[in-house]
Amino acid sequence: MSTQIAEADALPRPNYLNVKRSILSWLLTTDHKRIGILYLISITVFFLAGGLFAALIRIELLTPQADLVESDIYNRLFTLHGIIMIFFFLVPSIPAVLGNFLLPLMLGAKDLAFPRLNLLSWYLYWIGGVFAVVVLLQGGVDTGWTFYTPFSSFASNGNVVLAAAGGFVAGFSSILTGLNFIVTIHKMRAPGLTWFRLPLFVWAHYATSLIQVLATPVLGISLVLIMVERVWRVGIFDPTIGGDPVLFQHLFWFYSHPAVYIMILPGMGVVSEVITCFSRKRIFGYHMIAFSSLAIAILGFLVWGHHMFVSTQAMYTGIVFSILTMLVAIPSAIKVFNWTATLYKGQIYFEAPMLFVFGFLGLFTIGGLTGLFLGLLAADIHFHDTHFVVAHFHYVMVGGMVMAYLAGLHFWWPKMTGRMYNRQLAALAAILIFVGFNMTFFPQFILGALGMPRRYHVYNEEFQLLNVMSTAGAGVMGIGYLLPLIYMPLSLFVGKRAGANPWLAKGLEWTVPSPPTTYNFDHTPVVTEEPYAYDNRLHAAGMGQGE
Amino acid sequence: MQNLPIYPEQASTIARDFDLFLFVLLGLSVFFLGLIVLLVVFFSIRYRAGSRVNRELKSPDNYKLEIFWTVVPTLLVLLLFGWSTKIYFNYFRVPENAQEIFVTGKQWMWKTQHLNGRREINELHVPVNTPIKLTMTSEDVIHSLFVPEFRVKKDVLPGTYSTLWFEATKTGVFNLFCAEYCGTEHALMKGNVYVMELPEYQRWLEEGNTGDIAMASSGEHLFNRMGCVVCHREGSGARGPALTGLFGSEVQLTGGETTVADEAYLRESIMNPKAHVVAGYTPLMPTFEGQLSQDDIAQLISYIKSLDDAGDPGSAS
Repeated sequence: MSTQIAEADALPRPNYLNVKRSILSWLLTTDHKRIGILYLISITVFFLAGGLFAALIRIELLTPQADLVESDIYNRLFTLHGIIMIFFFLVPSIPAVLGNFLLPLMLGAKDLAFPRLNLLSWYLYWIGGVFAVVVLLQGGVDTGWTFYTPFSSFASNGNVVLAAAGGFVAGFSSILTGLNFIVTIHKMRAPGLTWFRLPLFVWAHYATSLIQVLATPVLGISLVLIMVERVWRVGIFDPTIGGDPVLFQHLFWFYSHPAVYIMILPGMGVVSEVITCFSRKRIFGYHMIAFSSLAIAILGFLVWGHHMFVSTQAMYTGIVFSILTMLVAIPSAIKVFNWTATLYKGQIYFEAPMLFVFGFLGLFTIGGLTGLFLGLLAADIHFHDTHFVVAHFHYVMVGGMVMAYLAGLHFWWPKMTGRMYNRQLAALAAILIFVGFNMTFFPQFILGALGMPRRYHVYNEEFQLLNVMSTAGAGVMGIGYLLPLIYMPLSLFVGKRAGANPWLAKGLEWTVPSPPTTYNFDHTPVVTEEPYAYDNRLHAAGMGQGE
Repeated sequence: MQNLPIYPEQASTIARDFDLFLFVLLGLSVFFLGLIVLLVVFFSIRYRAGSRVNRELKSPDNYKLEIFWTVVPTLLVLLLFGWSTKIYFNYFRVPENAQEIFVTGKQWMWKTQHLNGRREINELHVPVNTPIKLTMTSEDVIHSLFVPEFRVKKDVLPGTYSTLWFEATKTGVFNLFCAEYCGTEHALMKGNVYVMELPEYQRWLEEGNTGDIAMASSGEHLFNRMGCVVCHREGSGARGPALTGLFGSEVQLTGGETTVADEAYLRESIMNPKAHVVAGYTPLMPTFEGQLSQDDIAQLISYIKSLDDAGDPGSAS
């Protein structure tokens, strides 16, 4: 580690953050790292907005009556919570922030294949975001994030067209990011970086990008069809003018089911990176994990009908979708087993990123197992459209994806900023979020089993106690989420210098200074070893200390 | 708020099958979750950084183990799939003798009508230990009828019929919810199912039925008034197919397809006659879209069904 000491003494060199300082240099940047930071700020803003709506929902649900808000407002709250969290936070979260920042670094490249396209993606994301803000200012939208017809085509009193337009534009941001990643991974790997030497984070993003490119256009089409029907009364989904209301559900879920894999696969990539580093061990079953990402991406396209078991779709259709859903569960199970096996005989460090990953393992496993309940025909009939679904979805998306996102952010933050955050506070945040999350969402499984439908703000008295528990948990979770908002920005000013490789991690991104220079590598690196070439017998002294 | 319920009562025949399946599924899930949690905790403690344990690995990979944990879960989920699908078939297998009740969902209420004509709003009275078939449609958007204690749920669509059946095994009052988000007062679109002993139910049916006429009789009246009878009469040379014995039978369509004449087919043939024309007939019939209410259609269908019971439209139920 003598090189690190030498670096610490060296004068700080220009890096991607300080090379130019004007606002314009940020708004017109084509540096993938700066665009990653732009996304980081943007999705944090949307996360706070979505979180605020969630808080209002939970407060309203404290009592069985409507006291904080009336029906129309409540319906707008859960709709905007869903739209913002899914389209403006979860979908871009890991790919657009960490993927943008890290893919070229992990591949040994100077930038993504299409740097200007990358910037365009960010602007499209914001145009979509502005639509969402306008919808909000204009009185909101009340269709739920699912936009089900014919409610959305004629009955809704909200700004359906504007909201759909926002989703449509934001979709292109996602498509272009996916395209950019695919080309970059194919064409810009450093010499010696063969497909099976790629970090699993890259494999996960490759699978994600395939889905983004292939599925998102279908979302765009469905949203356009809603607008056409709503504005010009062309009968597509509304049966009174000759449409088929269930057709929309097919189109919508053809995107939106793969979209949950857009949201979870990158998280799985993060977990593979973090768990190897903090157990100082090679990943167990590299090939199986890589291929299971692809299997999820492909099978994920064939299971959309499991959202429609009670929608009057034909009995045999339901059976086919159910068995395919069982099959898509297997690659996820394999990953969980492989991650667990990676811990065996490792040197396990309980740093904050690892704590988030432990949280991910527990919560994602619960989310995955309860997914079986919803994919099995008979069980789904009872649980469909109840709080059980809400709980399952949040276990996967928040317990899984948000935990993984935070794990990744804590893992690569020193790389992105050159600074170390307060590790004790970070550990506290991980624990608070894990505990608060379970308090919030576990009672919702029981509420669902009892039969409390989702999207009810007025409910039967027998459901109250569980709802109060859920709201209390949300408070704990909320504090957990606010902590990083304090200690992470603070680290920019008071944090220790991180050095190039504070976690003593493997991977090309750790071979360059923190923060990296604009073009990442002074010389194109040559890769000569497998990924995760950790030695599990060595104690990693000084990990996380910074310089 | 005093007690903490965690699972709804079991009050239908299908709920028994469902609950057994669910508890096995839950047991397996808890087992796998427990396994993962135990292993993660155990490894984390035993292999914490710096602990003095043997860390020599024979090989980094273990394909046999990976195949094991791929194959075993696959077999398990396929078994679960088989069992669940077997129960799922029961949801579609409506017993022959099921008693029919018509349900109309609209923003934001449930309207029901029994065959003798008695109507209810946000209430559904049914006899215990009797299979009940709900024939459901919506006047506006998609709703979904859900009775947690029966473990049944089915979407209710505008423009077509969906069916749901159950057989209550307990008397009592149960929740009836709309499960599909349907707009402003979605959360208020709920009511109660009252399960009664059969004689009590029959008394209930009669006592409230002062003004109402049996659905099939109303249907017959409509059938004559709307002029349906002109074409759909018995005997050869009629311009439309005869309707006696039609319900539930297989119909040969123009173009070679066949279909079963169920509620949804009859409804479509009234509202959109040209969609599926019976073989050998010219598509002359006009649409009745906009001329018939949901109630009218349900009554006409009840009448057509009653033509099966030896032409005695009065003997509904």
